[in-house]
Amino acid sequence: MTTWLILGASSAMARALARAVAERGDAVLLAGRDMGDLDALASDCAFRGAPRAEAVAFDARDPSGFDAILKRTTETDGILNVAVFVGSMPAQDAIDADAALIDGTITDSFTGPARLLTLLAPLIEERKGTVVGVGSVAGDRGRIGNYVYGAAKAGFHTYLSGLRNRLTRAGAHVVTVKPGFVDTAMTWGIEGMFLVAAPEAVARDILKAVEKRRDVIYTPFFWRYIMLVIRHIPERIFKKMSI
Amino acid sequence: MSDKSMTYRGWGRVLEATSDVARPERAKALAADMAEAPAPALGGLRSYGDACLNDGGRAVLMTRMDRLVDLDEESGVLRVEGGARIGDLARLLAPRGWLPPVMPGTGFATVGGAIAMDVHGKNHHNAGSFGQFVESIRLITPKGEKTTRPDTLKELFSATIGGLGQTGIVAEASIRLKRAKGDVMMVTERRVADWDEHLALLDGSDATYTVGWIDATATGASLGRGILEEAETGAGLVPPAKRGRRVPFDAPAFALSSPVVRLFNAAYWRRVPARGRTVVKPIEDFFFPLDKLHDWNRLYGKSGFHQFQCVVPLAAADTLREMLERIARCGMASPLAVLKRMGPGRGGLMSFPMEGYTLAVDLHAAHRPAKLVAELEAQVAEAGGRIYLAKDSLAAPEAVHAMYPERRKWAGIVAKHDPEGAMVTDLVRRLDLRRRG
Ligand SMILES: Cc1cc2nc3c(=O)[nH]c(=O)nc-3n(C[C@H](O)[C@H](O)[C@H](O)COP(=O)(O)OP(=O)(O)OC[C@H]3O[C@@H](n4cnc5c(N)ncnc54)[C@H](O)[C@@H]3O)c2cc1C
Ligand SMILES: NC(=O)c1ccc[n+]([C@@H]2O[C@H](COP(=O)([O-])OP(=O)(O)OC[C@H]3O[C@@H](n4cnc5c(N)ncnc54)[C@H](OP(=O)(O)O)[C@@H]3O)[C@@H](O)[C@H]2O)c1
Repeated sequence: MTTWLILGASSAMARALARAVAERGDAVLLAGRDMGDLDALASDCAFRGAPRAEAVAFDARDPSGFDAILKRTTETDGILNVAVFVGSMPAQDAIDADAALIDGTITDSFTGPARLLTLLAPLIEERKGTVVGVGSVAGDRGRIGNYVYGAAKAGFHTYLSGLRNRLTRAGAHVVTVKPGFVDTAMTWGIEGMFLVAAPEAVARDILKAVEKRRDVIYTPFFWRYIMLVIRHIPERIFKKMSI
Repeated sequence: MSDKSMTYRGWGRVLEATSDVARPERAKALAADMAEAPAPALGGLRSYGDACLNDGGRAVLMTRMDRLVDLDEESGVLRVEGGARIGDLARLLAPRGWLPPVMPGTGFATVGGAIAMDVHGKNHHNAGSFGQFVESIRLITPKGEKTTRPDTLKELFSATIGGLGQTGIVAEASIRLKRAKGDVMMVTERRVADWDEHLALLDGSDATYTVGWIDATATGASLGRGILEEAETGAGLVPPAKRGRRVPFDAPAFALSSPVVRLFNAAYWRRVPARGRTVVKPIEDFFFPLDKLHDWNRLYGKSGFHQFQCVVPLAAADTLREMLERIARCGMASPLAVLKRMGPGRGGLMSFPMEGYTLAVDLHAAHRPAKLVAELEAQVAEAGGRIYLAKDSLAAPEAVHAMYPERRKWAGIVAKHDPEGAMVTDLVRRLDLRRRG
């Protein structure tokens, strides 16, 4: 059997992943802050075929709860996969007006999940699992529109790359996922979105990457090429652009 | 909560609206959206006309509220969020021996839309309408959350079933399911030569699911010719349904021009051998035959199409025959029309069903069918029947008010729960359905 611990399980992308693995017969532990929503999703996953589906309280900004999560996770069986969808993206101008927002942004997307993953790492090694870390194309380059969020994601990417280096030695694995624009609560109503992907399509890409033991994926795939171009624009030109 | 400015259309693509659309992903967000500024729900946007439009206003898109909350295997009662699609329910329930009690012809309709239109299916003659299987509704009204059942807040319940979304948003509903023998359908198809045979076969059918497909372009002695389908659930092996295809662009005007339509219909009719046949089909192929071709409504090109659907009492069968003759002669009709016998079952004050025969025909908007439809409507009214508001985009208020005798009572109940008119849609405005007098 396989168990998935899903952090940030109220996200539409996480929900799509949880449902897909439930339909295959995997167990799910759904971690997040909105317990009412997680309970509803747990019932939905059980209905779809998960042998075990439970909600777990998780706040990235409150590490005092992490031991309890570790304990709950230890009680599950089989292969242990951990998928991280946690993140928050306050508007850059809100951050410019209130620099204190930076700490929370970095904690949600990077240090909170990293801290919990570090606690979980020995268990993942033992249970030969895969970590799915959702970063963002925004972490590939600092842009005027969202560079604090981008910095948090870049930090998370680097952490994931190091964790991969570690877990590989134990036969476990890490997939870094860099979505482009996805049609979720985070982007609904934001202007200028294009080529927006369905959360279900992202979940499919993630599962394929886990199966094939890919290291870093872009989803949808074409973002790899878009970001290749963007990463290669010389800084002296890039600094004058607003994309 | 941020809204998104969206331009969207009903399924017929004739009418369009631009609204600020909220799309809650979870119960808390829905409650917050409704507390901020109550607005009508959008489901799968499978209503043809303006039932799902609120031009210039706000709307709450429910498609992300689609969790299956609980299935009681003993009683067969399913608790589900209002945005869940009927087709998803069928896919997930059938292998466990259950089906939604009533299914419209598209699996993309949502539970909330099925309640708001009190939809009917191919089993209406023996099962009744969707609303008759609803055990309870968690409704977010503009004045707050209420739980209503057939015996609790009775009035509100009868105004919510078939109530065009005017009493509030269905956040969650409990629905009594039907037993299914398995996840396939055993379908008997036979050719029907003409109108009289069609009615006789519909009258005599004791199958659980029965529907007549009519060639609405056949005239003279062939008038009313078509195929009768009768089906039961069954168990067995069929190849999994193929992934859907999508119509990628608006078809050119000739795609559904009348000679093409006539040819298509003749071929469809001959597909079934003269002596009939029984086939095993995946559930979705029988119930949702058009869903595999995603966005098939674009086949009608830019101008879109209208669907005319009415029901007339059994005794008025001859009027319906005259109407079909008129439609067949005009050359505006589309490939497939549907003829069904309905039972008396209906769940709410504004429900469409009544005992009788129902006919549904697609009409290409480019042919400007407004005058034809007006004439048909007059005939329906005369015969004591009514038109289906889920399909309409052309009717006038007075005619519709006369067809729905409990409308005034309904409007009174709705006014109590939505005194400010926050839930009004384009359809309700056009037909002045909430008028108190
Ligand atoms: C191919 C096809 C075949 C069809 N066959 C049939 C058939 O056999 N029988 C039949 O009866 N109908 C049939 N229909 C019509 C369809 O079932 C109805 O229009 C149904 O209401 C569509 O559901 P929806 O979720 O798309 O609702 P929408 O069209 O989006 O909305 C319809 C109404 O429901 C309200 N509503 C939607 N969600 C909620 C909610 N959560 N809470 C409160 N109100 C809500 C809206 O405000 C609106 O008034 C068919 C339609 C198509 C396209
Ligand atoms: N949408 C896009 O276009 C896009 C593109 C690239 C990357 N991403 C990334 O994809 C992931 C999923 O995002 P989404 O688009 O689905 O948006 P979302 O719905 O806002 O999901 C973010 C999730 O993170 C959770 N979260 C935030 N702060 C938390 C905290 N302190 N503790 C616990 N949980 C916390 C939220 O939980 P609550 O439910 O409690 O709020 C929410 O479930 C995020 O990491 C996002 O950065 C999104």
